[in-house]
Amino acid sequence: MAMKEKLEEIRQAAQKQLEAASDESSLEQLRVSLLGKKSELSQVLRGMGQLSADERPKIGALANDIRSSIESAIASRRAEIEKQLSAAKLAAERIDVTMPGTAHRRGSRHPLGQIEHEMAEIFRSMGFDIVDGPEVEYDYYNFQALNIPENHPARDTQDTFYITDNILLRSQTSGVQVHTMETTKPPIRVVAPGRVYRSDAVDATHSPCFHQMEGLVIDKDITMGDLRGILLLFAQKMFGESTRVRFRPHHFPFTEPSAELDISCFVCGGEGCRVCKGEGWIEILGCGMVHPNVLTMSGIDPKEYTGFAFGIGIERVAMIKYGIDDMRLCYENDVRFLREFA
Amino acid sequence: MLLSREWLSEFVGTADVSTKDYCDRMTDTGSKVEGFETLSDDIKNVVVCRILSIEQHPDADKLVVCQIDDGEDEPRQIVTGAKNMKVGDYVPVAKAPAELPGGVKIKNGKLRGVESRGMFCSIAELGLTLHEMPYAIEDGLLILNDDPDLKDRLVPGQDITETLLMKTDVVDFEITPNRPDCLSVIGLARETAASYGSVLSVPEPKVEKGTGDIRDYLKVTISTPKCPRYTARVVKNVKIAPSPLWLRMRLRAMGVRAINNIVDITNYVMLEYGQPMHSFDYKCLSGAAIDVHESVEGEKFISLDSQEHTLKAGTVVIADSEKPVALAGIMGGENSEITDSTETVVFESANFDGAAIRIASHALGMRTEASGRFEKNLDPENTLPAVQRACQLVQLLGAGEVVGGDDETGIEDVYPKSWVQTVLPLEPDVINRFLGTDIEPEYMEKALTLLGMEIKDGMVYVPSWREDVKTMNDLAEDIIRIKGYNTIEATDFKARVRPGSYTPHQAYRLRLCDILTSLGYSEIYTFSFISPRFYDRIGMAADDCRRESVKIRNPLGEDTSVMRTTLLPSMMEVLERNNSMHSHGAWLFEIANVYIPTPDADKLPDEHLSLSLGAFGDGADFYSMKGAVETILADAGIKDAVYKAVKDDPTFHGGRCADVLTAKGEYLGRFGEIAPDVAKGYGFDDQTRVYAGTVEIMKILGMAKFAREFSPLPKYPSIDRDFALICDADIESGTIIADIKAAGGKLVEDVKLFDVYKGLQLPTGKISLAYTVTLRAPDRTLTAEEAEEISAKIVGALEKKGIFIRK
Repeated sequence: MAMKEKLEEIRQAAQKQLEAASDESSLEQLRVSLLGKKSELSQVLRGMGQLSADERPKIGALANDIRSSIESAIASRRAEIEKQLSAAKLAAERIDVTMPGTAHRRGSRHPLGQIEHEMAEIFRSMGFDIVDGPEVEYDYYNFQALNIPENHPARDTQDTFYITDNILLRSQTSGVQVHTMETTKPPIRVVAPGRVYRSDAVDATHSPCFHQMEGLVIDKDITMGDLRGILLLFAQKMFGESTRVRFRPHHFPFTEPSAELDISCFVCGGEGCRVCKGEGWIEILGCGMVHPNVLTMSGIDPKEYTGFAFGIGIERVAMIKYGIDDMRLCYENDVRFLREFA
Repeated sequence: MLLSREWLSEFVGTADVSTKDYCDRMTDTGSKVEGFETLSDDIKNVVVCRILSIEQHPDADKLVVCQIDDGEDEPRQIVTGAKNMKVGDYVPVAKAPAELPGGVKIKNGKLRGVESRGMFCSIAELGLTLHEMPYAIEDGLLILNDDPDLKDRLVPGQDITETLLMKTDVVDFEITPNRPDCLSVIGLARETAASYGSVLSVPEPKVEKGTGDIRDYLKVTISTPKCPRYTARVVKNVKIAPSPLWLRMRLRAMGVRAINNIVDITNYVMLEYGQPMHSFDYKCLSGAAIDVHESVEGEKFISLDSQEHTLKAGTVVIADSEKPVALAGIMGGENSEITDSTETVVFESANFDGAAIRIASHALGMRTEASGRFEKNLDPENTLPAVQRACQLVQLLGAGEVVGGDDETGIEDVYPKSWVQTVLPLEPDVINRFLGTDIEPEYMEKALTLLGMEIKDGMVYVPSWREDVKTMNDLAEDIIRIKGYNTIEATDFKARVRPGSYTPHQAYRLRLCDILTSLGYSEIYTFSFISPRFYDRIGMAADDCRRESVKIRNPLGEDTSVMRTTLLPSMMEVLERNNSMHSHGAWLFEIANVYIPTPDADKLPDEHLSLSLGAFGDGADFYSMKGAVETILADAGIKDAVYKAVKDDPTFHGGRCADVLTAKGEYLGRFGEIAPDVAKGYGFDDQTRVYAGTVEIMKILGMAKFAREFSPLPKYPSIDRDFALICDADIESGTIIADIKAAGGKLVEDVKLFDVYKGLQLPTGKISLAYTVTLRAPDRTLTAEEAEEISAKIVGALEKKGIFIRK
């Protein structure tokens, strides 16, 4: 059966030609030559009339089968070629992913600003308001209302800059306690960050202008245990959950009892290291129970209310936390220094 | 305050406690220890020896060879160049191998061929001076037997530090101003006893009955309330001599130089009792009288350090019948100083008002050991035991004869107003509730008793030396420090739930920090005080009102002497520093207070937050800084700000500076390029342009609208029309935009400058500006005809101003 064999030949020849086609245009040419009007297949089909009625449907079905198999082979070959083309294009478009990214220059907050904010946020999360007071201040608020009368030797512990006999640059943020108590009825829960000034020459650990954060809590039945509790929470948020605290007795005229608070060294955990100078503990703040004289002067009855106060040096916390070894760097504002905290 | 543990042991026994543990315990109970040292710990293997023979060195004229008895079986041979010894003398010898102060090591050696197994020592080689060893000479061996105190108790082989009582542990306490009683051995002994629960024994000083009658010598009167008590005794037939070794060495341990027996006694009593004393040479007091009174203005006085002082009215002085002989509580006078020829001495043990002494000491610029103590308000009950202790020591030392009196005391004691004892209730419940503790009432009583308080019928009788104890809080503190501060458990107080918040200006500051850092500016912190010269450096005009600054009366230096009225100078300093450090650029901002003086000097200045911006390099230009200002205003919801060129501010480039104003003309800030001569003054070269400015952020906060409100998105499309215009080169783009908006009417939604062209293709003096005008109607789609109509109106309006469409 010559015609049937002819058709099988066409199918096999088409298969080979398609495999050889390597691009879109040769594929198109092939499609025309295989399936077009002048194609062998078309000629075979045109010769169908010569076949017997018996053979005609069988050969017809075979011819159609071959035609559709060629068509699908062309389609799949086309898909293959497209895939290869696209892969080649992507390969050609390769970039060096190790080259630097576009510099989106973002500024940085100053380390002191960051620490102040971090501290304020810790206290704010515990329901403290963040308040402030004047830096150029009356002697009354900086000293007298804090139980440090004129000509009191405690004034020597803070060398103070004076503007007039009665006006000075505040030497501590503690005056904000008095302002707050004068304007707010207990319960009081505030921290007051801000600048303070002392007549200390600039060196690695001193600056005539520096920052403190004052804290004040006044309510009924506030205990010294509560003071320890708040400061422990603060220390753990600031320096790590495993931080421990210890009190050391101290004296401040505006608190009684007064204490200094040490935290367990967050570097060595209390074993003793360079950061804590082998002590295992780092001094970070002064605190105490608000002195009844201070409460009375500010119009709060010490029989009804008790409270505590604390004052934290922001520079000190920043230097400890970031490992800054010279306070002067904080005020030189070298951009290389500032960018370290970006 | 230094404390010798050897001296301390006289009053309380803590010998079994190591000094390290002692320091820790004392710190825990409230007497903060700064550190401690063991005196003369650096002397090793130096002993007393007796010189058995002295022979000339065979090969050296200036050396001798000595055989000595150093307590060992065989004599030791020492070669020395010293001359001041003789056979039979006792001298300190460093037995090789030995160590001396300053890290000196003594080894066996040969001097000119003769073996020397050590070295004889001088006082300096032992770290001593003529103050401690007054019988020695400076440039020779210490001949121990020349000292009458040592003469009969020298044992060859005994360690020299033991013989000379040199070795003691000295603890350095930081005593807070509320506890002047602890500036004494007895005060610290009391704290020690309380800390260890041990017995304190302070014997009452006993003085043998004196001879003569003090009334024949002295009459004391007080004519000022600033002297609550004046106690005095007289000693006659004084024999000025060095003090005995034990006394000299105790003074040394506490950091005081021995002078002579009378002066040493006053210092000794001050250290032991905490009561400053003074001694007068009786023969220099006129009229056998002492009067304590206040000076008149301008009175002259020469103190015993030979300085002349002019006194202010009200300075308390000790005077005889004619003249002041001492500045009360500060320093004695040259005119009545103890000398070697002093025969009769008056011991003063007085009490003065702390504030009065402090004021006088400040006014005179004289801070002495005595004034530092008196200004803390000392215990008036202490003057008597102190003067008695001094007289007891006089008798013990044989330094003179104490003058008596008819009542067997011989004490002149003027004490017009007796001390009033503080009595407080002991309320254990209140104290426990206050501390958050559960301390037994018995423990409280015990702790307070150990501290010298008496407790009777639930009341606490506070002793005279504890004037700091006035309230329940003070008792609570004394109890808890003995119990241990760290026995207080951390607790969480009950409080109403309430969110914390910032003040509006603190919150705005944080908001600005976010904005500015996201725009590439980094935050700086600079001092609030500056030099007045800094205003010159930014080129501020001589009559600029910003030069009126709050002045610090006692600044550290001129550089930090006035409170800044503008942040600009500090910003320029920082830019300068960064430029000088070869930085490629810096974009910086600071948010801090400025301080504007008020006319009334008794009022506080106006203090408010301001913002400064500063930039150079890294692409900084006028428009990048303007963009930052625009972002701040947009954030604050201020849409109609106006920028106005500033030509006459000497700080800024006359063609590149702008004020930002509200639509109503209220000033919000000024920024621009720094004038080249000003920038040059900060060390910038002419290639580097510097930008800076200040913004009145508190004014912006005052008008800010941070709340945002939704407005529906436009329903109808907009039509854009571009206009390329030719105009005079000095035109301001802002005016063209205003003209376009005015001419186009309500349907103009936006006008944007998208191109600026200056160049050869334009006539000279002209510039081309191109704008996109966006037109939109809220209620319909605009037709092309409507758009053309509006465009024509715009073009017409611009042409009237001489602005034409570029063809």
